[in-house]
Parts: sequence; C-alpha cells; structure tokens
Amino acid sequence: MLRMKKELKLMKGNEAVAEAAIRVGADGYFGYPITPQSEVLEYLMAEKPYERTGMVVLQAESEVAAINMVYGGAGCGKMVMTSSSSPGISLKQEGISYIAGAELPCLIVNVVRGGPGLGTIQPSQSDYFQAVKGGGHGDYKLLVLAPASVQEMADFTTLGFELAFKYRNPVMILSDGAIGQMMEKVELPEQKPRRTEEQIREQCPWATLGKPKNRERNIITSLELDSLKQEQVNLRIQAKYERMKKEEVRYEEIMCDDAEYILIAFGTSARISQKALQLGREKGIKVGLLRPITLFPFPEEAIAKLSQKVKGMLVVEMNAGQMIEDVRLSVCNRTKVEHFGRFGGIIPSPTEVLHALEQKLIGG
Amino acid sequence: MEHTLTKEEIRQEKNLVYKKTNVMTDNILSYCPGCGHGTAHRILAEVIEEMDIQDITIGVDPVGCSVLAYNFFNLDMQQAAHGRAPALATAIKRLFPEKFVFTYQGDGDLAAIGTAETIHACNRGENITIIFINNGIYGMTGGQMAPTTLPGMKSSTSPYGRDVQMMGNPLKITELVAQLPGTCFVTRQAVHTPSTVRRAKRAIRLAFEYQSKNMGLSFIEIVSNCNSGWKMTPRQSNEWMEANMLPFYPLGDIKVPEK
Repeated sequence: MLRMKKELKLMKGNEAVAEAAIRVGADGYFGYPITPQSEVLEYLMAEKPYERTGMVVLQAESEVAAINMVYGGAGCGKMVMTSSSSPGISLKQEGISYIAGAELPCLIVNVVRGGPGLGTIQPSQSDYFQAVKGGGHGDYKLLVLAPASVQEMADFTTLGFELAFKYRNPVMILSDGAIGQMMEKVELPEQKPRRTEEQIREQCPWATLGKPKNRERNIITSLELDSLKQEQVNLRIQAKYERMKKEEVRYEEIMCDDAEYILIAFGTSARISQKALQLGREKGIKVGLLRPITLFPFPEEAIAKLSQKVKGMLVVEMNAGQMIEDVRLSVCNRTKVEHFGRFGGIIPSPTEVLHALEQKLIGG
Repeated sequence: MEHTLTKEEIRQEKNLVYKKTNVMTDNILSYCPGCGHGTAHRILAEVIEEMDIQDITIGVDPVGCSVLAYNFFNLDMQQAAHGRAPALATAIKRLFPEKFVFTYQGDGDLAAIGTAETIHACNRGENITIIFINNGIYGMTGGQMAPTTLPGMKSSTSPYGRDVQMMGNPLKITELVAQLPGTCFVTRQAVHTPSTVRRAKRAIRLAFEYQSKNMGLSFIEIVSNCNSGWKMTPRQSNEWMEANMLPFYPLGDIKVPEK
C-alpha cells in the first residue's frame, strides 16, 4: 500500500491499536480497565479523539456494559470497538454472541493473559479456543486475527474494521500481554475522516438511524421465535463463514520450501519460533515456520499441503494445546504432529522450542 | 334528542373520535388482553407522533414481555440482551446526540439483571429516556418473583408469598435513581384509568422535551398489572394493583428539574 507520508513512532502494541483506531476513522470506543490492556483506554482518553475526529470514548461500568455499548453503536452502522483481557473478554461473551446473532460489525481486541480464573497478568495464548470456537452461546464464529508485532496491532485494527463491515460480523484481534505491552517501531496509517450519516445510510442500509417516511423500519435483533426462520438465520451466518474460509485465510511461511520439520505458531509464539528456526538452521536442521495470521478462518490447506512432504510438525503455543487440534484436523495423520507449550504467563525461550523439536520429532 | 349512530355512520371520517397513531404498526400485540403494556406503547407512540420525531427516534427494547416491542413500534429499534438496554442507549445517544433515544424495560430486566446498567446510565446522566414498566413479576417466563414483587405476594418462585427474610425486599429502584445527580426527571405513573393515562402521557412528553434540551436522564416508572401472572381477571388485577401496588409504589413525581 502506498503511504503518502510515512509516520514512524515507537509505541506499545496497545497504544498502536488506539492510535490506529483514531486514524482509521473509528466512531466509538467503549472499554473497561484490565491489565494488560488498559493502555488502550488510557491512550484514547489522553489523546482526546473526540476533539481530533469526533470519536466517542467512554469508560463503561463493566465489560458487560462496554460490549453492549458496542452493540448499540454497531446497530447504528457506526465503526465501534472495545478491548479487554481474558477475564474481561469472558464477561463480554454474552454481548459478542448477540452481536454475531444480530450480524453487526465491530472490532474486539483481546490482550490475552494467563488463566483460568483471575490467573496472571502475564502473556498467554490460552484463549485460542474461546476466540476461535465461539466463546459465547450458539453456532457462531468470529473472524480472528493474530498479530505478532506492534505494527500488526495497528494494521489489523484497520483490517479488522474492514472485514467486520465486509461480513457484518464481529472481528477479534487475538493478541497477548507481550504484544500489547512491548514497544516497537510502528508505521501509522494516514488519518481518514469519519463517515458522515449519509455515507453510513449508503453503506449500512440496515442501520437504525431513525425511520424515514420512505423506508420500512430497521430492526436490530438476534431473536427469531419461529424455528424454521431461525434455521434460515443460522444457514445465512454459516454461509458467511464459508465465504471467509474461501476469501480471508492469511498466513506467513518462512523457509518452508526445503523444510523437513515445520514449526506452527501464532502471535508471540511465532516470534519465538522464528528465532528457534534460525538456531535450528545454524545447526543444520531443515526447519520452517508456518504462522497462521487468521486463526479463523484457519490455514488448513497450507498446513495440509506441507504435511505431505515433511517429517513432522511442532505446534508451539503458550497454552496446554489448543491450536494443535486444528492443525491435526488439517494434517489428517499424514505426518507426526507434536505440541510444545508453556503456560500460566510463561513465554518459552527459542532454545526451549528448538530442544522440544529435537526431542519430540528429530530424536524420537 | 338521542341518536344512536349506525355502523356505517360510525365509520365516517367526521365521526372519528380516535385514530391509531402511525408510530404503531398494525401487527397484533403479543400482550395478554387486559395488560397495561398496550396502553403504555400507545401513549409513547403518540408522543413521538405529536412531536414529529419518528425519523430521528431510536428505541431499545428489553428481554421480557416487551421483547417483541420492535414489532409494534413503527420505529427503528434495537433489541437488547437482558438488562443491557441502557448500555445500548448510552452508545446510540453519544454517537447521535441529536437523535431521540429511549429504552422500554420491565422490572426483571431493569431492576434485577440490569441494575448496574440502569444505575450507571442514570448516574452518568445519559441524555436518554427510560420507560420502566413495573408489574411486580416476570411475566414472559411465567410469573416468577421479580425484584419488585411485594412482600407476601405469591409468584411461581414464591408460591407461599414473598418471604422477605428469605428472599429479600422489593427494590424501589425509582426512588434510588432519583438520588443520582444524572437524572433530571424521575416520576411514577400508571395507565389503568383515563386520568392516569393522561398523566403518564404528559410525563413521557416532558421526558422527551427534557431530552431535546440535553437536561439528563428521564426515568418514568409505569406501575402496571399482570393479570395472567397474578392469576386474576383484568379488572381484578387493576383493583388489586390499586389496593396493594400503589400504596407501596405511590404515584407522582419524585424528582423534577429545577425551574
């Protein structure tokens, strides 16, 4: 993408999300403090986007209220978002299910910390199942983006809104405490104007903006008491997910061409695994890395293709083994799939990852 | 000289004494015959028509008997999760300060599961109108005890009457929100007689006028009956309401804007 004026800043991942949201022309942010994501709300309150662009920022009384504020704003066709960390995201699940059921666009950022329960404030990837398999009640899915850098925190904020409106579906950025808190160089997008009400009417003919005389009333609801009609709603939503699987799969392959062993990791684990890959290559091990960028839709085909030519795959996650289930479904026993995980807020070291590869696949 | 109108004469335009507001649809109400919801809907819709704000009004309906209110109001509406209507309304109004935003909620929705959202929207002084229908029972789910069920009152989950020692006291949330600085107008009304209907409609009109002047949150409780849930005829339920509900939930303004 051609950027007229490059603007580089040193920022935390959480701040990059906030600044990118202002610049992409977001209309509203509704949040609640929780470590390690509080900088999103803090940054927005300090930046006063209500003066810069007219963006609304509100600290809600709870995560539950915040996600329902997002529902209300999204129902008006506005570009709205929230962010939280694991226990807070659990509280938002009711609202997320309603948003998915009412087919509304919004962006949700989860800066994951270790669980279960109150757990720890240190980074983790233990919310993979919650993000990718539904989270709340009912048959629905989020489109899930997994950033591995501060740059991607900013980029996926823009991309997330784009995809949310394309599919009228909630999009989640599944980050973690490391990416949210670490500072890196980030190239920020150009400031875009917020959409006018006329533009919203055009882009979102379903939005509740007040009923003019010349159109039927717009209703935002996830309720359909007639089961036959509710089945149709489900079929329509499922068709969207199938379309996402065809059009939105994103992943990155590093040195996979000649690889005999593949590391599969997302987010922070992918950063660690990339270093482990270098260490492995220095030792003469032909190892590659596949990094899923969209966790739903999952890069099934790319993994299936690699599974036909490699000796084994090591799934590296900061959890007890979640994404590995999707990897195994993609691999269908064509090659050996092992897991290496640290959890409870521990980030594995590259040497640990390489050691696990040698122990579980090469030596075994 | 007395003249009884024929059916044909009654239908003539010049003899019309009542016309349905165009802010209500022609859909058949899902409420039980005798329930106050229909009247509360009608006066709210009439106010919106009389103020000519249909095209800039967004309503939020709850979970409960009025979950399907979006089928009855000829308005853009959003259906909220149980108790969350004030959170939706908060965002809608902040994103569109020039539009009119109201919630329509029952007692279980507003005063039990949605207590936090209610109190904080009131306390922040969100510039919205909350219409709160209090019939002292969970109507839609089949007559369970509500936060507003009277002491001793029977329900399917207090079959021997509400024992306050065991089940806690009814919550006068309207008096509670009147204490908060963000509310500008807090009133308790009813819709079971012609005069109460007139007063309730006037209160709704005032609330929308205060909203147009950015004066803060207006909170209108409407004490109503639930003849099905109370296991009474409509008439008995209104008499019971007058004898039992109104002494506990007295009608009238609790907080009015300073002149």
